[in-house]
Amino acid sequence: MSRSDVLVSADWVQDHLDDPKVVVVEVDEDTAAYDKNHIRNAVRIDWKKDLQDPVRRDFVDQAGFEALLSAKGIANDDTVVLYGGNNNWFASYAFWYFKLYGHGDVRLLDGGRKKWELDSRDLVDGSAVPERAATEYKAQAQDSSIRAFRDDVVAAIGVQNLVDVRSPDEFSGRLLAPAHLPQEQSQRPGHVPSARNIPWSKNANDDGTFKSDEELKALYEAENVDLSKDTIAYCRIGERSALTWFVLHQLLGQTNVKNYDGSWTEYGSLVGVPIELGN
Amino acid sequence: MCGAKAGGPDLAGVDVASETIIQGSVTRDGEPVNGYVRLLDEGGEFTAEVPTSATGQFRFFAAPGTWTLRALVPGATVDRVVAAQQGAVAEVAIAV
Repeated sequence: MSRSDVLVSADWVQDHLDDPKVVVVEVDEDTAAYDKNHIRNAVRIDWKKDLQDPVRRDFVDQAGFEALLSAKGIANDDTVVLYGGNNNWFASYAFWYFKLYGHGDVRLLDGGRKKWELDSRDLVDGSAVPERAATEYKAQAQDSSIRAFRDDVVAAIGVQNLVDVRSPDEFSGRLLAPAHLPQEQSQRPGHVPSARNIPWSKNANDDGTFKSDEELKALYEAENVDLSKDTIAYCRIGERSALTWFVLHQLLGQTNVKNYDGSWTEYGSLVGVPIELGN
Repeated sequence: MCGAKAGGPDLAGVDVASETIIQGSVTRDGEPVNGYVRLLDEGGEFTAEVPTSATGQFRFFAAPGTWTLRALVPGATVDRVVAAQQGAVAEVAIAV
């Protein structure tokens, strides 16, 4: 696997907007962003409504994912290109989710919506929704090798690499959520003992594009992450850590990396687990 | 497109007393600019980022201390340092 298999430039997307086997999909933290405007011929996946079970805290099941992609007109052999706002946080989350259910060819638009906008590239009005014929999408069972659960995290303390990708202020316990969200939260602040704080933002340039493979490798080496060990990445709800998972697993080719989607909103609410405060 | 509004977004419904708010607007020649604003901590590390609204406004819920706002708009990047306190609203007007 190489960078070009999973990451495409804005120019590449521009050249493939009318390619029927390439489906551009917008996945935004702000699920209404698509309604304002979006890349021409892009379809929307709503990370809350489409990707989460409506009752339990969990993902839609395999049949639910099949129904979603079928309705969106995405076929098993389509190339799916994901993009979104906030430096591709939720597009990365969707990338990981597509891989969890075994989609073959899925890629990220490097820099996401922000880079596209900062380049002053064309966006179409929100009402311009493409019509794609429904498919009969077949998903695979969830790939448990890339998803961590709370017991995996507790067992990994002091044993595996734990990478906390939140901002230093969330890691230390000064903030309970990213600073564009209100801070009142029910969970305890802090981080998992033995976790290294390597904010997701260190993976990216200001314009949201990913740093080079050499820069990324140097980043994790400088932070003393032993990539020969198993690694679990987490953040608050698993979207920023999906971006770090993308870097470690997809760009740097580490096979032993899991994303903990329960992340701090689950861990910080567990009774009796160890928590550390401060830097 | 509406014109630029002075100051940050309306605070109706926000629990100002318990939050540490940094907000404001980004303008070019008095007109709102569509772009992004990043919040960097005292060490210069990324903490959050928001797109500006149609009226050029932005808001963060931070912690007390000194922060840097970085406006990213097509063709320009502008930094502003701001001090924030709990229960107060730090208003920052950024012209690019």
